[in-house]
Amino acid sequence: MKNKILSAVVGVAAVAGMGASAASAATLDDVKAKGFVQCGVSTGLAGFSAPNDAGDWSGLDVDLCRGIAAAVFGDAKAVKFSPLSAKERFTALQSGEIDILSRNTTWTMSRDTQLGLNFAGVNYYDGQGFMVRKSLGVNSALQLSGASVCVQTGTTTELNLTDYFKANDMTYNPVVFEKLEEVNAAYDANRCDVYTTDQSGLYSIRLGLTAPDEHMVLPEVISKEPLGPAVRQGDDQWFAVVKWVHYAMLNAEEMGITSANVDEMMNSTDPNVMRLLGKEGAFGEPIGLGNDWAYNVIKQVGNYGEVFERNVGASTPLAIGRGVNALWSKGGLQYAPPIR
Amino acid sequence: MAHQEGVSAGADDSGRVSFMNDPKARGLVFQALLIIAVMAMVYIGVSNAVNNLARAGIASGFDFFGERAGFDIGQSFIPYTNDSTYLRAFFVGLGNTLVVAAIGIFFATVIGFIVGLARLSKNYLVQKFATVYVETLRNIPLLLQLLFWYKAVLSILPSPRAMGLEPGANVAFSLNNRGLYLPRIVPEAGSSFILFTLIAVLIFWFVLGRWARKRQMATGQQFPVFLTGLGLLIVLPLLVFFVTGMPVSLEYATLQGFNMVDGWVIQPEFMALLLGLSLYTASFIAEIVRAGILAVSHGQTEAAYALGLRPNLTSRLVIVPQAMRVIIPPLTSQFLNLTKNSSLAVAIGYPDLVSVTGTVLNQTGQAVEVISITMLVYLTLSLLTSAFMNWFNSSVALVER
Repeated sequence: MKNKILSAVVGVAAVAGMGASAASAATLDDVKAKGFVQCGVSTGLAGFSAPNDAGDWSGLDVDLCRGIAAAVFGDAKAVKFSPLSAKERFTALQSGEIDILSRNTTWTMSRDTQLGLNFAGVNYYDGQGFMVRKSLGVNSALQLSGASVCVQTGTTTELNLTDYFKANDMTYNPVVFEKLEEVNAAYDANRCDVYTTDQSGLYSIRLGLTAPDEHMVLPEVISKEPLGPAVRQGDDQWFAVVKWVHYAMLNAEEMGITSANVDEMMNSTDPNVMRLLGKEGAFGEPIGLGNDWAYNVIKQVGNYGEVFERNVGASTPLAIGRGVNALWSKGGLQYAPPIR
Repeated sequence: MAHQEGVSAGADDSGRVSFMNDPKARGLVFQALLIIAVMAMVYIGVSNAVNNLARAGIASGFDFFGERAGFDIGQSFIPYTNDSTYLRAFFVGLGNTLVVAAIGIFFATVIGFIVGLARLSKNYLVQKFATVYVETLRNIPLLLQLLFWYKAVLSILPSPRAMGLEPGANVAFSLNNRGLYLPRIVPEAGSSFILFTLIAVLIFWFVLGRWARKRQMATGQQFPVFLTGLGLLIVLPLLVFFVTGMPVSLEYATLQGFNMVDGWVIQPEFMALLLGLSLYTASFIAEIVRAGILAVSHGQTEAAYALGLRPNLTSRLVIVPQAMRVIIPPLTSQFLNLTKNSSLAVAIGYPDLVSVTGTVLNQTGQAVEVISITMLVYLTLSLLTSAFMNWFNSSVALVER
């Protein structure tokens, strides 16, 4: 009996010790060892992360994960997806259940500093808006006093909503759900007059309603919502990988390199292009990747502009314009540091 | 005990049995070791969590409870605004859980007793209806029932604007997809007299009951306590109401803008949760009641009849008190289940404790603290309910001599 107790104590200590070491190990090594990237996405937001007709995940956030897989393994398909609710997402990342959170998540100061996370960039500049039924005859968010508002719990949206109504001295009745689908269903059933979330989300959600044409997104944008991927703090190498995959896609767009012409561009004599595609220098090695890391990203996933157009751009049902998400050189905010 | 003491005493006298072979001493040593091991495990677990949180750069501690919450809650039984603290938000959630659990327990018990008795009825229709009720509701998962009430029943009601209510007009009763709207009772100056009268009547009723029992014990004469009490309860407050000049007014709900304002509203989330919890738990309680009554042997009924008691008195004085002994312990479990099942509210958007703490968790990111507190609260609630029911059980238990 004594031995049993002793071995139990030792066993618990060992397990506890293991947990500690797993959390601090290098994510890139873990990813390489298991052979795929575990990517946390939404439970289904068209254009950002949603399963398509064939059952494969697609979207802007999904393509970032695919880009990382392409950079690490040379295979954009080496990704496994974990659909997460807003409430589950940070815990999933903190606990090591996922390697990267790419789930239309707003970068805020408290999340950056108190949750043990680092945001690796902004892959979509968004802002919060309101959607209403056209039949309400409302054309400004300032006319919404007294309305019932459907909102997802655990989001910055919930807080912005409170602030906006307070600042404008209006009242409202919040109807709060944990899962996106529940919010959608409640709004569709007319439980609420107003649906609020990021504007890109509203366009995406509108498509899924019973009668999309009966709803409109109000013009007001009430907040800044920089959406981007997050990784765990204290692992600078993995942080750099995620950050630079995103930058590589932006730089590729700026240099005019697409998935279609990347092979041609390999012959380019422009030193900028040569550095990006690994013909000159060895920029992949210091972050634990091959020299063809950016080539693989562009070849298999595409540059930022391609990814944007494919998932949310004018040719898709969402039909979102580039707006502030255009490159800096075209009047937008998307700007990547140079590779050199 | 005596035997063991004898052994150890013998050991002391002879000095032949060593300390290692003394069963009492060995027992103590092993128990001490076990306690140390358990405490070590708890210590390792907690310190490991704290260290890992610190290493991962995640804030820990309970300071966040004093900060401004900054989010709104759809329904609250205590004053709350978005300027209140997280701690108050927490209590709002707790209050919402307690209210739905308390009302749910009340309805589940009432419906459960009625259905349980109906299943024993000699009336074919009543008995079959009760059977169908129990077998249907008991065998469908509660979450599905909640979703049924919320999505299939309450959310397909028309919206107040679609109902063609006239904006600004008083509405005495309206059931729409924003809730059940009833007039609200607004007390005015002088209305406290009515409340005092109510309390006074209740006290009088209690005293009267004791006196009547005493008199019956002494003389055998009976007094209609229930009818007297009920009559006074209705007549006296009404009398005071008119004498003080009707100091109570009704505030009606009206349609204004998007929604109904004023009045007394029961939100659809609350209704769905209450319906689901009460009807589901009632099906279990019905079976418990039926089992309790069947557990009283038929000989008791026959004996009561032989003493000349009428059927009504037989069940009230002979059958039910004995059945209660069997009913109470499993009934406690059902009350606990109902309270804990109320956490399914999160699926239909009712801001109960789990839902609100979920929001707090997300806005602060302090999962370990928030979840452990929530668990502690449910544990406390359950233990308190158990303690109360155990006390109640001991008061109805068979007094064995």
